[in-house]
Amino acid sequence: MPSLLEISNLTIGYGWRLPPSVIAVRGVSLAVEAGEILGIAGESGCGKTTVALAAAGLLDPPGRVLSGSVRFDGTDLTALSKEDLRRLHLAEISMVFQASMNVLNPVMRISAQFYDAMAAHGVRSSDEARQRAEETFDLVKIPRRFFDAYPHQLSGGMRQRAVIALAIVLRPKLLFLDEPTTALDVVVQRSILQSLDDLRHELGFGIVFITHDLSLLVEIADRIAIMYAGAIVEEAPSRQLYERPEHPYTKALMSAFPPLGGPRVRLSGISGQPPDLRHLWPGCSFAPRCPNVIAGVCEAVAPPEVRASEDHRVVCHLLSPERGNSA
Amino acid sequence: MPSIPGVPAKTGDGGDRHVLEVRGLTKHYTVGRVGRRKIVRALSDVNLTVERGEVLALVGESGSGKTTFAQTVSRLERPTAGEILVAGQALPRHLNARRLREHRRQVQMIFQDPYSSLDPFHSIRYSVARPLRSFRIVPRRAVQAEVEQLLDQVGLVPGADFLRRYPHELSGGQRQRVGIARALAARPSLILADEPTSMLDVSIRLTMMNLLLDLQRSRSLSLVFITHDLGGARYVSDRIAIMYAGSILEIGPSSEVMGEPRHPYTQLLREAAPDPESELGQGTRFEGHGDPPDLTTLPPGCPFAPRCPFFKDECDQALPDWREVGTAHRVRCVLYE
Ligand SMILES: Nc1ncnc2c1ncn2[C@@H]1O[C@H](COP(=O)(O)OP(=O)(O)OP(=O)(O)O)[C@@H](O)[C@H]1O
Ligand SMILES: Nc1ncnc2c1ncn2[C@@H]1O[C@H](COP(=O)(O)OP(=O)(O)OP(=O)(O)O)[C@@H](O)[C@H]1O
Ligand code: SF4
Ligand SMILES: [Mg+2]
Ligand SMILES: [Mg+2]
Repeated sequence: MPSLLEISNLTIGYGWRLPPSVIAVRGVSLAVEAGEILGIAGESGCGKTTVALAAAGLLDPPGRVLSGSVRFDGTDLTALSKEDLRRLHLAEISMVFQASMNVLNPVMRISAQFYDAMAAHGVRSSDEARQRAEETFDLVKIPRRFFDAYPHQLSGGMRQRAVIALAIVLRPKLLFLDEPTTALDVVVQRSILQSLDDLRHELGFGIVFITHDLSLLVEIADRIAIMYAGAIVEEAPSRQLYERPEHPYTKALMSAFPPLGGPRVRLSGISGQPPDLRHLWPGCSFAPRCPNVIAGVCEAVAPPEVRASEDHRVVCHLLSPERGNSA
Repeated sequence: MPSIPGVPAKTGDGGDRHVLEVRGLTKHYTVGRVGRRKIVRALSDVNLTVERGEVLALVGESGSGKTTFAQTVSRLERPTAGEILVAGQALPRHLNARRLREHRRQVQMIFQDPYSSLDPFHSIRYSVARPLRSFRIVPRRAVQAEVEQLLDQVGLVPGADFLRRYPHELSGGQRQRVGIARALAARPSLILADEPTSMLDVSIRLTMMNLLLDLQRSRSLSLVFITHDLGGARYVSDRIAIMYAGSILEIGPSSEVMGEPRHPYTQLLREAAPDPESELGQGTRFEGHGDPPDLTTLPPGCPFAPRCPFFKDECDQALPDWREVGTAHRVRCVLYE
């Protein structure tokens, strides 16, 4: 059976002319199953949002898919017309955008915004719409009395839940969440994460969860993909990635978060900057910042994709078979 | 502590040890139209000391009064009640212009948003030189050299290359470095950093915390680090103060407050924080959310009472007194006798 979402070898550029000035995504392959949460983490600018937009069929010019494919439920999204994509959107695939707390229209009651969204997808009876919307409110744990409120009458956390409710009101099969909780404090964040976890079990949809907060992903995601400079450098089941990270970038990213327990030691994090995505380079994109760089190899030759175990892939010379897996 | 020109001699007891002491610090805002006025109790009777060379983290959820604390201490806002003592000297409620200037020099702020805290129309040189000139920190002809040196110190190397740049030409991390240089320029004894890293990318956050720590140590500065990132708070600070609805509910050594949180609210925060090491990742459910407090109708006793799983009738009587639960570890909660 094909996966719910299958991204293969996707390359995306930004620019009005060819070749585009920025190659933001470089040969990304990922799969998401129904009921599964895939996490994507990486530094700012590494291409997380771009991958999500393309995978949700929402990439607009100057962004363009240069090669590769995105298959949703077996259909190649890159081949669909705008019209077909619009029908798919919200009903089958839905996305909560970065900084989306403010996407709600401030002068419209929340209920009206739900009715509009549903009407656009053929739910015409207002009784049915109200019932569906209120059930969704229950799912994300907003009291129903806020249904007819204006957005400003809700706290930040509740507004964010309302945005998530709007995204799932038509029960899509696949949900993209781009930094959905970054602006919230930990208590609110935790309860939203819990709602999401319950929802995917109850409704069985797949989730792509984007954040730079790796510790959060380790808890919520089933699998995590680490992105660097437009490419996936490591992917593994969450616990495995946390307990046995292989890629030097993943290790560096993890050490950038001060832990809540254990001895208090100075952390060094990641020094330097990611590469400029306007350029191409022959070797490993992380080589200039990598503490384990192999002189003469990493900078010159593109690293191979290696399996550290069956469901754990790493793109790094350190693990390449010629080097005897001496990571 | 090197002597600093223009700083009055320290007097009063504790003046040497406490850079800052606040007693009963309270800030109310009045909101709403006439007839429907409401009082927002943003800060209620806060007592706190910051020692010389100490890093204190102030942690609490959004709206708990952290920024209000920084703004009243730096006197960007006038407190409704309470006393502020800097190096043992009480600050008069009504400050004349000279005294206010001197206070603002001693207590510097670093802001959350490096994009809006620098004037887009002025060069980096201008922004960093301004406090040097207005507080007459160095003679006029030494200003340029001092600016370069400050930029070097905050890692904008070589400083001379950044003088003529404008904020839009810098990355977020670089702008925040300029904000730090500007704060250091005034040679303060205390820096209040209000979420200085929350708008920065993960990879730069740690670098920024390390920079602040290095500067704080080399200059024996005191630092109040405001954040809602618990890991970051534990990393930078000697002590952590937990704020909720305008009150401090727990304070103590950082590893202890995070390792053995005592106040039910601190426990809630600790449990909610993403922590791959915790049991939560393995399927324990997190209970105990509830609505954030309404600062216009706070309960008479413990502000956390409406959300507290251990609520007893006496919690609503009055805000519990401070109780010692460890060395320099105190908590305001009836659960501890
Ligand atoms: N409309 C655009 N035009 C040109 N370049 C763009 C555009 N949108 C994004 N980019 C570039 O593409 C790269 C990837 O951007 P993207 O927004 O996908 O990163 P991200 O990982 O989501 O970052 P963040 O964590 O900051 O949200 C970046 O270098 C960015 O500057
Ligand atoms: N000028 C003002 N007028 C009215 N209310 C105010 C004003 N400034 C702050 N408040 C209120 O005081 C309370 C404390 O706000 P404050 O900004 O100090 O919180 P905070 O802890 O810094 O929150 P955050 O983490 O979101 O920055 C909030 O309820 C806020 O709405
Ligand atoms: S390939 Fe080389 S440079 Fe790249 S991450 Fe691995 S060791 Fe570092
Ligand atoms: Mg993004
Ligand atoms: Mg604040």
